[in-house]
Amino acid sequence: MPRSSCPSTRGAPNKQGEIHMITVNVDKCLHCGGCVGSCPKNAIFLNDFVLEFNEDCIDCGRCVKLCPVGALTKV
Amino acid sequence: MKTYYCDAVVVGAGPAGSMAARYCAQGGMDVILLEKKAEIGAPLRCAEGVSKSWLDEVGIKPEPAWIRGDMKGAIIKSTKGTTYQLDESKAGNEVGYVLERHLFDKALARDAAKAGAKIMMRTSCTGVIRENGKIVGIKAKSMGEEIEIRAKVIVAADGYESQVGRWAGMDTTLKLNDIDSCIQYRMCNIDIVPDYCEFIIGSCAPGGYIWIFPKGEGIANVGIGVMGTKCTGKADAKYYLDKWIAQDPRFKDGQILEIMGGFVSTLPGLDETVDDNIVLVGDAARVIDPITGGGICHACRTGMYAGQLLAELNKTGDFSKKALQPYEKRWRDRMEDKLFRNWMAKEKLATLDDDVIDEIIKLIKTAEIKNVTVFNLLKAIKEKYPKVVEGFEDLI
Repeated sequence: MPRSSCPSTRGAPNKQGEIHMITVNVDKCLHCGGCVGSCPKNAIFLNDFVLEFNEDCIDCGRCVKLCPVGALTKV
Repeated sequence: MKTYYCDAVVVGAGPAGSMAARYCAQGGMDVILLEKKAEIGAPLRCAEGVSKSWLDEVGIKPEPAWIRGDMKGAIIKSTKGTTYQLDESKAGNEVGYVLERHLFDKALARDAAKAGAKIMMRTSCTGVIRENGKIVGIKAKSMGEEIEIRAKVIVAADGYESQVGRWAGMDTTLKLNDIDSCIQYRMCNIDIVPDYCEFIIGSCAPGGYIWIFPKGEGIANVGIGVMGTKCTGKADAKYYLDKWIAQDPRFKDGQILEIMGGFVSTLPGLDETVDDNIVLVGDAARVIDPITGGGICHACRTGMYAGQLLAELNKTGDFSKKALQPYEKRWRDRMEDKLFRNWMAKEKLATLDDDVIDEIIKLIKTAEIKNVTVFNLLKAIKEKYPKVVEGFEDLI
């Protein structure tokens, strides 16, 4: 399973103290920002060429479902 | 921390933001226009097709620099292969240009600058500043430096990803079936009809369509939008597009020059696009044609309407939600019925199987439609297949 090289997507705890499990395959991501606008919790940020999730992520998987290139994975 | 002061701060220098900034500045306002990226109009997230009729309405003069192609017509095709070619004589104003967005967007930003707007590049909004509950400006990062921009009003023109609206407490969340996930290739070495924009509908692109917009000899933007609810597991937008390209002989020798992605709202606009001291425009307001996913003309209109109203309100300094209502009313009066009708049509289209879509295209071919617009197409469909337009027949 490809893991993100972005530190914040590798096991940053959410508000409930859980480790969130959505990972970004940085070799696939097109940096289109679609997931950013689709996130119901405003938890995804596209900072230049790095996709970051913050602690508001609830693992809903909406971004995983919508990514046009399948760069996001829920593990 | 460095603090800037202005009358209006516009977040995002796409078409909506630049138009808003231009009309604010023209009306005498002190405007700052922010762009997060290092280049306005790039990277591309668009199929670049627009109709022509609205350009004059919003005060944009066509310039050869940003017109890649002047289209002669459109081709509508079913997944099963039935093709309807629509020529300029019949297409009326629905036929248009294929743009060079990276030049078009810069031209609009240039017009904003000419009018007096100040552009800050590489500056991304990071939050909204509230004092005693009232929005008084934004926090931003400009070339890596934390800054504050104090303004009487914020214009959120930050596109589909709009976070400014959400930071301001507005609900901009979309349902899965109101989102199309899109991917586009700039392809070369392909055997396409130049001067015709092609749309392929049906099971090849569930809940959306495939587009082929020519960008010169043997080159085109080839893309797809797939409804959010239809994206499952491995069947993402790329999967559907690759599948089509693999079986269409015109792409046999095709090569990809650029890959781009993006999402589009297929909702007929947000329920509320203003609040105290904030206005949402363009994609951020979800003002996009739900059936085509086209949003450039809507962005320019909403940008202009917002800019003109803000300049008017600047005389009194009242940017309350109540004072901003004329913006809401103006864009809805101009566009909402059509957006709603096209949204209903899109919802219906997504439920039709390939055989019915094939039948409909055959019907359009034989029907004597003089001026082919979405409206007239739906009218012809209403006569033969009233079930297809059930629920929104009053709008046709």
